[in-house]
Amino acid sequence: MRKVLFLIQKEFRQILRNKFLVRAILLVPVIQMLVLVPAVTFEIKSVDLGVRDNDHSPESRELISRLTGSSFFRITATPLNDDQDESLLLSGKSDLVMIIPDGFAKAIKGRETPKIEVLADAVNATSAEMGWVYLYNIIMDYNRDILVESGNGQSSPQGITITNRFWYNQDLNYKFYMLPGILVILITAIGIMLAGLNLVKEKESGTIEQINVTPIKKWQLIISKVIPFFIIGIIDLAFGLLIGKLAFNIPFAGSILLLFACSAVFLVAVLGLALFFSTFASTQQQYMFIAFFFILIFVLMSGIFTPTESMPLWAQKVDIANPVCYLMRINRMIMLKGSTFSDISGDLAGLSILALLFITFAVRSYRKRS
Amino acid sequence: MKRFMAFVKKEFLHILRDYRTLIIMFGLPVAQILIFGFVVRTDIHNAGIAILDLSKDEVTRSLTDKLASSDFFRITANLDSYNDIDAILKKGKTKEVIVFEDNFSAKMIHQGSAMVSIIADGSEPNVANLVTNYTRSIISSFSASLAKGQSGTSGLITTEVRMFFNPRLESQFMFVPGVITLILILICALMTSVTITREKEFGTMEVLLVSPLKPWQIIIGKVAPYFFLSIVNVTVILLMAWSVFRMPVAGSIALLFGECMLYILMALSLGILISTVAKDMQSAIFISFIGLMLPSLLLSGFIYPIENMPKIYDYVSMIMPPRWFVTIIRSVMVKGVGLAYVWKETLIMAAMTVFFIVLSAKRFKERL
Repeated sequence: MRKVLFLIQKEFRQILRNKFLVRAILLVPVIQMLVLVPAVTFEIKSVDLGVRDNDHSPESRELISRLTGSSFFRITATPLNDDQDESLLLSGKSDLVMIIPDGFAKAIKGRETPKIEVLADAVNATSAEMGWVYLYNIIMDYNRDILVESGNGQSSPQGITITNRFWYNQDLNYKFYMLPGILVILITAIGIMLAGLNLVKEKESGTIEQINVTPIKKWQLIISKVIPFFIIGIIDLAFGLLIGKLAFNIPFAGSILLLFACSAVFLVAVLGLALFFSTFASTQQQYMFIAFFFILIFVLMSGIFTPTESMPLWAQKVDIANPVCYLMRINRMIMLKGSTFSDISGDLAGLSILALLFITFAVRSYRKRS
Repeated sequence: MKRFMAFVKKEFLHILRDYRTLIIMFGLPVAQILIFGFVVRTDIHNAGIAILDLSKDEVTRSLTDKLASSDFFRITANLDSYNDIDAILKKGKTKEVIVFEDNFSAKMIHQGSAMVSIIADGSEPNVANLVTNYTRSIISSFSASLAKGQSGTSGLITTEVRMFFNPRLESQFMFVPGVITLILILICALMTSVTITREKEFGTMEVLLVSPLKPWQIIIGKVAPYFFLSIVNVTVILLMAWSVFRMPVAGSIALLFGECMLYILMALSLGILISTVAKDMQSAIFISFIGLMLPSLLLSGFIYPIENMPKIYDYVSMIMPPRWFVTIIRSVMVKGVGLAYVWKETLIMAAMTVFFIVLSAKRFKERL
């Protein structure tokens, strides 16, 4: 045991000696969280609308003023012809272009059905659909009102009224959602990159030989390589949560102890994986590529940026082996919903199995003499 | 010049000899684009919902069927009381609970209105929003179809919408260009900064510096092979976007390649700049990967449109090169515009490249 402690001490000294890296380990997560967490939101604040009014009647102006009245639309342009419509979409100046046909007012008065044309920039399919639905609803409201005004509309009772509420996060505050997620990503990236590079570096510069000829056992070496980065991960986590509390007032509905326990299991899994990967690489460059590949996959498939529910089924199955995905869910459940041990036991069990598996892989594939 | 060419050749051979890195370098971006092209999407299928039906009559049952038969939802449980809601949402598999009030159809017929409450799990705001919207639209159309029997026309004004550039509303059109942007900058910055800091770490930089080669020749010689490899990479990626994701390049291919080269050049010079700051490979990798990954992902408009962010991020994101390239590549690939529409972004990227090069040249000299 004493040997292990000395080894850990040596690792820490080596890490702390690199002042630049130490500063980066502490500052990068803090800065990124402060800057990135408030940025992200999926709600659409405003849609840039181009309006071509070919009618210039009180009716068409009424419709347009309803659009400007809703804080959702911002009229950015008034194109005059087809070419201008298209160039607005091409340049991105407008997301939607609405064309009110000539004779709009006359048609309404004459009980005919004028047709409003809408062109949408659908590169971002979700935004295009949402913008279009909002626009459609406003047009339909207007439609209903002119029918009622003319005495023709049965102000027909709506059959079903819908109310909705969001539990655990009433205002759908994205910060509460993003903060734990970004924190997990940073810890994952830092853990996998640093721990693995550290071991490969010894290989690349040949110092691993010196350790190999000492009586240190394999498990002692592995433990001494894991523990420093485990501690760094926990410190980064505590740091990040503190920022969340101080800067964003993020709620802690559940037990912090449980959160740290789950994160500890997670760190074991991730660091085990790092050591496992490191056995495949002989240079830091090679390791960097392997780590880069898996970190990016873990992150983009974790369900934080795009929901796991929208992934194809095979991808959801692959996520069984994605430790980041588990911790994202667990964090959210504990912090926002106050889920208890029994609620998360399934995910925690999955994570523990992964941790066990990865550590076993790492120990098995690590050859002391190679 | 001859010396310089020999040096470039040596660097090339160095890279080509390390077949493991070479495989990784070409294999990884391809695999990643394949995976993310399929995986990164924002529409929802089979989200778990639970029903709390306090009425259990004809109408609520047929509405439940309607919800269950839609592609969006999968019913995970039928609850018996309000007290069950919290428990099932806490488990996390259920994204929303739909509550029908008691005597639903009776209220609808006699009082003209019955109430459905949607209780969504707000701990995932994005999913909560999407499932609520889907549910609302399904219930509304159900309600409209019930009402149709009674009232006559629903309105005068008709509308027609045309979805430009992406008529089938595929999310890939948004995300594939984003994935290309992200992967290119990370790989280029990583490779350059690592290859230069490696020489520093092993002390071989000193050997190179005392050779008759000038410092700038050394740097260019080290980076040039990666420039060519990256262009090969881009070609493979674009071919894949075309063959796998059915994303043809709508605009000029020459323009697209030109822009990609500029972006690669920018990313490589960023890598050089990083290598002048970092002393060893670990630090270089830390900055170019951990420092760049999340900002490139979140402040480029790759997944989250910048227009929706708080106003200040419009300015903050301006210093992120990927933001400009995402705009360019989406415009050229999907919208098919020419340089006239993206000259501003191109100019900004070119300016950034020059800035990175000048800054690193200065730093490089200072240290010597």
